[in-house]
Amino acid sequence: MAGTLERKPILFTLAVTVAVLVGSIVMMAYPMLRPEMHPKLEGLRPYTPLQLAGRDVYQREGCVNCHTQTVRPLRTEVMRYGDFSKAGEFYYDHPFLWGSKRTGPDLAREGGKRPDSWHLAHYADPQKIVPRSNMPAYPWLAKATLDAASVKAHMDALGMPYTKEQLAELGTKTEMDALVAYTQQLGHAVAKVQPGGAFDLAAVNPFKDSPQAIAEGAKLWASSCSVCHGDEGHGGIGPSITDGKFLGQPGYGTDGEYFAIIAGGSDAKKAIGRPGLPDGGMEAFAGQIPPDGIWRIVAFIRAQQKHEAAESPGVEKREHETGGKH
Amino acid sequence: MNEEYRYDYRTVEGYILSAIVWAVVGLVVGLLISVQLFAPALNFAPWATYGRMRTVHTNILGFGLGVGAIFGLSYYILMRLTRRPLLFPKLARLQMWLFNVGILLALVTLSMGYTQSLEYAEMEWPLDIAIVILWVMFAVNVVGTMLVRREEQMYISLWYIIATVVGVAVLYIVNNLAIPAGLLKSYHLFAGVNSANVQWWYGHNVVGFVFTMPILAMFYYFFPKSTGLPIYSHRLSIVAFWSLVFGYLWTGAHHLVYTPLPDWIQTLGIVFTLFLIAPSWGSVVNGYGTIGEDWSKMKTDYLAKFFVLGITFYGLQTVQGPTQGLRVVSQLIHYTDWVPGHVHMGTMGWVALTVTASVYYVIPRIYGTEIYSVKLANLHFWLVLVGQLIFSFTGWITGIQQGAMWKALTPEGTLKYTFMESLVKNYPYWHVRSLGGAIFIVGMVVFVLNVLLTIQKGRALEAGRSAAPAAA
Repeated sequence: MAGTLERKPILFTLAVTVAVLVGSIVMMAYPMLRPEMHPKLEGLRPYTPLQLAGRDVYQREGCVNCHTQTVRPLRTEVMRYGDFSKAGEFYYDHPFLWGSKRTGPDLAREGGKRPDSWHLAHYADPQKIVPRSNMPAYPWLAKATLDAASVKAHMDALGMPYTKEQLAELGTKTEMDALVAYTQQLGHAVAKVQPGGAFDLAAVNPFKDSPQAIAEGAKLWASSCSVCHGDEGHGGIGPSITDGKFLGQPGYGTDGEYFAIIAGGSDAKKAIGRPGLPDGGMEAFAGQIPPDGIWRIVAFIRAQQKHEAAESPGVEKREHETGGKH
Repeated sequence: MNEEYRYDYRTVEGYILSAIVWAVVGLVVGLLISVQLFAPALNFAPWATYGRMRTVHTNILGFGLGVGAIFGLSYYILMRLTRRPLLFPKLARLQMWLFNVGILLALVTLSMGYTQSLEYAEMEWPLDIAIVILWVMFAVNVVGTMLVRREEQMYISLWYIIATVVGVAVLYIVNNLAIPAGLLKSYHLFAGVNSANVQWWYGHNVVGFVFTMPILAMFYYFFPKSTGLPIYSHRLSIVAFWSLVFGYLWTGAHHLVYTPLPDWIQTLGIVFTLFLIAPSWGSVVNGYGTIGEDWSKMKTDYLAKFFVLGITFYGLQTVQGPTQGLRVVSQLIHYTDWVPGHVHMGTMGWVALTVTASVYYVIPRIYGTEIYSVKLANLHFWLVLVGQLIFSFTGWITGIQQGAMWKALTPEGTLKYTFMESLVKNYPYWHVRSLGGAIFIVGMVVFVLNVLLTIQKGRALEAGRSAAPAAA
């Protein structure tokens, strides 16, 4: 058989074609006929024109080369990012953008984790927010206004629904706004896992006033909190922790309430019963920082609050000018 | 130069020179992106950002260097094995120019951010159409020339060339089916999980049909020719060929382990990936059996070591790959730097060694002369070997470290490291990796010089020959 084939190029080519098609049909073509390849979660919404424009920017800049968008069903992965990815989340994704390399973190659960202001500042200058990051800066996106006509053509090509108002709005938006809008809807169809579970809001800090705990808390603060709340807690992207208020209302919270907001993020606001900032997007740190670590951060916060109350604003200012470190 | 083949050999040389030019471009871009990993300030302009340049790097090297060399060297093999010139010489020449225009347009459009975001199928739809035309031109010449061949038997290398044409046609056309949304914008016809499955069916097999089949064609032809040793086992070649061609297409899903792709597709993909070790090692055994007929060739024939090391890396690659596909291994190393370490053993080891050795064989024969310098070729060999090993090993070490840090837990059961802590740990390794890449590039520059000087020498000889009768 093989001996004959080797003398007949056409027959040989046909035989190779058949060999190539068998695996292709079983693994690529046949699955398309099965509904399991086209699932759609109930809560999944199609892209708005602004979000699709943002997805186009994400594609153009090759974000997929460094960021995945699929959380694997592995324990540590769910702890780090959130619930594992479901097949039904990607119904509107032409193409899928799962990626193959995590030079940066996975983004499948990025939507709603942080406020818009964080993303705007981060995309413009990543190292300003995350000092040792290697992500390129994208400041030019904030200067590029969107072209409503091409976004409309893209929406039409995909058959996505939109309103005139949504298109009209595009003229006032930049590519940066679009990228943030896209980022903030990632993972919207899957309910957030409440990382902290239920919290004891009346709990008392086991490390209360321990100088060692405060020092360790300061280290954790520097690595996880200072990006948004400032080196000394005076605020920035997130609110100040030393201005006499807590979650938008006068008066500091209890130890347990601070623990809850750090562990559970913005979702804990309801349980605490304070409003916080309207677009507040405090990240949940349970799973990333062990409970003992969170208590140490609470100890540091208390120390900062006491420190602030003890010093007049003038003293604080001079200390800044001489480069005082904490 | 044999007059009958003169025109076609010039075409072959044109492809080789084109491939060399694109090699230099792609390698420099590769070095740039490897440095950007630890020096983000080098993302100095929108077109030069990592996200765009990484795509430029893979496309220019895969399709500029890789496919350019494949077209040229396949035509050379085709002519030798059919014992005649190409059936359509002008078509092959036109294809060469179109190929270069296509790669240039790919370089420009990918730098501008026009991409389909499908790995190794990033080029937008107008370029896809041009690529299909290129391959049709190639297929017409390959099959046409075979039909009018002057040698009845079709040697193994021709089988692999046929498989390349068929495989690329099926894969490229299906995965590039898209909904156009503008002159340089389209959306994958397939969505979500289905889009992922089609893409990795393509993505894995394009590695098979561009970086395996045609390179094996070169290996099976140039290795015995340069050493003068017959292939160890013809029967083994037949078995390996058919099982490779049959088995390859089942395996793409191993790129999607632990994703939302249905489990049965993942598992079946992993099973066939393991099966694929057998045909891959069929060629490895054939290579070792061949050199085993006379190991002294490793000393006396400067090209033998290129081919033997090349097939060795192919053998390691095809064991490492299936190992990575296993769920338990995939958990640890998927999405980490292990994977670029793996890929570069194949490209810098197997593909680059085999292609450059084949070029060393062909260029002097076109002019009936010897290589400009065997010493330079040896220097080239050691530089690319050392550069590649440094590159791959740092990738593997970094990858295991990343994977382990992502999975590490504290005694309380919470995550031990933040993502940034895992990233910062990569920086020293990324420095070493760039060093490995730089050494590899120096080796490739030595290769380019050696080839250009050989051509210069050959052209001087040719001019002398044509001048001689006139003077007499």
